[in-house]
Amino acid sequence: MGDPWLGAPAVLAGGPSQLLPAREQMAFTLGFHIILVPFGVAFTFLMLLANYRGLRRGDADCLLLARRWSHVSAVLFAVGAVSGTVLSFELGLLWPGLMGRYGAAYGIPFAVEGLFFFLEAIFAAIYIYGWDRLPPWAHFWTGVPVVLSGIGGTLSVVAANAWMNRPGGITLRGGQVVAVRPLEVFFTGAFWYEALHMLLAAYIVAGFGVAGVYAAGQLRGRRDRYHRLGLAISFSVAAVASPAQILVGDVAAREVFRHEPVKFAAIEALTRTGTQVPERLGGVLVDGQLRYSLDVPSGASLLAGYRPSTRIRGLADFPADARPADHLVTVVHLAFDLMVGIGFALLALSAWFAWSWWRGRRIPEGRWLLRATAVSGALAVVALEAGWVVTEVGRQPWTVVGLLRTSDAVATSGNLWLFFAATLAIYAAVGAGTVLVLRLLSHRWRSRQVAAPGGAAGPGGPAGLGGAAGRGGPAGLGGTEPADSEVPYGPPADPGAAGGRA
Amino acid sequence: MSTFAAVVLFAGVVAYAVLGGADYGAGFWDLTAGGAGRGARPRHLIDQTLAPVWEANHVWLIFCLVTLWTAFPAAFAAITTTLYLPLGLAVLGIVLRGTGFAFRKVVVRTEQQRVAGAAFAAASVITPLFLGAVAGALASGRVPAAGYGDPLHSWLTATSALGAVLAVLTCAFLAAVFLVAEARRRGEGELEAWFRRRARVVAAVTGAAALAGIAILRADAPRLFHQLLGPGLPLVLVSAGCGLAALLLPAAPPRLLQLLAVLAVAAVVLGWGVAQYPYLLGTHLPIGAAAAPGATLWALAVVASAAALLVLPAFALLFSLQQRGRLP
Ligand code: HDD
Ligand code: HEM
Ligand code: HEM
Repeated sequence: MGDPWLGAPAVLAGGPSQLLPAREQMAFTLGFHIILVPFGVAFTFLMLLANYRGLRRGDADCLLLARRWSHVSAVLFAVGAVSGTVLSFELGLLWPGLMGRYGAAYGIPFAVEGLFFFLEAIFAAIYIYGWDRLPPWAHFWTGVPVVLSGIGGTLSVVAANAWMNRPGGITLRGGQVVAVRPLEVFFTGAFWYEALHMLLAAYIVAGFGVAGVYAAGQLRGRRDRYHRLGLAISFSVAAVASPAQILVGDVAAREVFRHEPVKFAAIEALTRTGTQVPERLGGVLVDGQLRYSLDVPSGASLLAGYRPSTRIRGLADFPADARPADHLVTVVHLAFDLMVGIGFALLALSAWFAWSWWRGRRIPEGRWLLRATAVSGALAVVALEAGWVVTEVGRQPWTVVGLLRTSDAVATSGNLWLFFAATLAIYAAVGAGTVLVLRLLSHRWRSRQVAAPGGAAGPGGPAGLGGAAGRGGPAGLGGTEPADSEVPYGPPADPGAAGGRA
Repeated sequence: MSTFAAVVLFAGVVAYAVLGGADYGAGFWDLTAGGAGRGARPRHLIDQTLAPVWEANHVWLIFCLVTLWTAFPAAFAAITTTLYLPLGLAVLGIVLRGTGFAFRKVVVRTEQQRVAGAAFAAASVITPLFLGAVAGALASGRVPAAGYGDPLHSWLTATSALGAVLAVLTCAFLAAVFLVAEARRRGEGELEAWFRRRARVVAAVTGAAALAGIAILRADAPRLFHQLLGPGLPLVLVSAGCGLAALLLPAAPPRLLQLLAVLAVAAVVLGWGVAQYPYLLGTHLPIGAAAAPGATLWALAVVASAAALLVLPAFALLFSLQQRGRLP
């Protein structure tokens, strides 16, 4: 041998089982990316809503919101784009068995997604950097393709996921894909409800997430019109999406009951087949028994088939190697309960908000309502993650149901633990950096806002919200905000003086 | 049909090499621009130039990936199971590059800028280095058709080293030339001269590396060598000619310089494609044998046509707005 690399391959190449690190890494990076997705998809819609209102009514506060939101989305876009790129690489690096065997079908929705990413990235850039330099309405219209391609991108990538859950549109011969029917691949039975459910989730997460920020601001005493508008615009969108989400979720659950019986059994943590199955809330599966749960008699049967006599198949009906292991069943079951619980909590919050708006005839400001809103964004993210855990873990041990086991999809070369460790370290830095940068933006804007009413604007110009408010017309088109893209390099001015050139 | 898919794939590779390459190269100049005081002005220009376009340019990489795994799924799996080390390192580099850049735009304190800027700039050099090594491994036929090739010897080779060096250099060259044009447009004469000097130096170094590359390829990748001097020769000559012209015309208008640089890089990448034809991997996996079923390729053709109809005009809009100073 005499190979100078002899020592290295032992560490870098070849490990016994790559399945565990591959799953952990996929789950972690997907779970990270999915938090950013609502901001690429739905936050841009909120931004346009504010922009539209601002232009229509000459409302400077709305324009300022739109402008600042576009700065935030510039940061989040970048993080979303790079974390999405990691996922694309991982499909090959971690799951070559999936891509090599089924890429001809599974790849198609991703190819369509690529098209939307182009349009999204191009128009997002034009919109974000086009403030002040494009005519206001033309500028507004450059934002519209961003929202539309965000929707298109979501539909495409979820189509890929739907195909894993309910594969179709392919002909196999000797384990080889010999014919593909692209439309059937894209529009599988699971496509419609999964796509709609994810799209609504994106609007819910972005809506409550943004509303939460402004609610927290109001709780700290920043109760100006700007904060109230920021809350009202974003909350309204989320409040409209919330009831729809529960309806779609209900349809999804029944579809899963019909077409993915194993996943449904895992969701219900139901071991034995039967009728009059209770809906069991919470609990842990121990030795084939669900313990510590709260039961609603015949609940599951009623929900699945509208009558108590509905028969639901239990996990014991399926071979052990074709269903998730017990501890994963517990995970799926609890994740589902968490998602549904949060779904109803958000619905209640929306109703509360609507009611107090109607009663008070103005944007609600009650302390408890604000407190609840402040945490709603985080709750929505938890629901989003939990929903994906239901889908993905509930599908195990399959990557493509009935066709490809996860253990056959995984890469067998390399030491994926090392890759995972490096990824964790870098993502930790990126996550911390994102939070830091967003806080920085917020502090900077706040210091401007404080400075403005007294006329003592920062060196960036006669800036600030107070001065802009009430001034309609082109002069107020958010144009009073010094462009943050003008942040200089080199030795800085003092940290507070963001607008000045060093 | 499979050849058409391969052409689409390669068009994506060329677009990424030129557009994405220029963005990476900008990071190279950022890295070498000197301390916070001295480097402030070039960095500012780099920042302003890159900000509106880098994400759109980056999507070409995604385009290449999705086209590859959809049209040639087995080849994709073969590549990722063999070249997982450089690919994994490259993708981590991509994360650092993108986020480093986006964060630096926002932070104002010098220490924070330094950290974010260092991540951006260093990753801008490391990423093309590994991608170039991947290209070298592919071009020299080091990836077996069934995948799981040697994880180290497949890319720790002379050809991969050449690919890595050339990737970094061509990125730097493209970026310098693009930044010359950008500095001119903004009327920053001093910066224009600064980048012009650097463009010439890299052009010379790249030329020297390419000459050395001839010897390397002859020894390490004979088939590539012969194909480059056979069917690929016209493209190699175009590339060399354009590079030389860029070097020898010190006062050329920036637009001409830009055209020459783009042609030089596009031609050499195309030359690789021509030399590779009709194989996807080495001489063991022909394009036709690696291709997905016909309907998939048709679906891809539809997507590619839609891209040509929608995405190319959108890019034209983006670039022309940038050129007219409508995006800062
Ligand atoms: C804000 C987020 C959110 C909220 C409030 C809900 N969901 Fe959900 N749910 C998702 C976010 C989500 C998700 C993360 O977006 C999933 C993962 C896959 C998918 O299509 O959507 C999901 C999946 C998912 C699935 C599995 C689909 C599959 O595997 O194909 C079911 C059965 C439900 N949901 C049902 C519900 C019900 C009955 C809800 C009622 C309250 C609910 N969801 C609220
Ligand atoms: C295996 C799963 C996934 C893969 C491979 C993937 C891939 C990618 C890639 C490559 C990008 C970067 C595009 C660019 O450069 O601009 C990206 C961004 C994005 N992804 Fe994903 N993604 C996945 C999951 C999802 C999911 C579940 C959604 C939504 C439902 C989604 C929606 C988006 C959106 C909207 C963006 C653009 C966001 C932005 O740039 O801020 N992705 N994704
Ligand atoms: C729509 C886009 C998505 C696609 C195409 C996709 C694809 C995949 C693939 C290929 C795997 C590995 C194979 C397997 O374990 O079955 C996987 C696993 C997994 N994914 Fe997804 N995924 C998507 C969205 C998500 C999101 C948004 C999450 C959020 C948390 C998620 C969570 C997971 C988890 C937890 C696993 C590991 C499951 C296990 O092995 O127990 N997925 N996904």
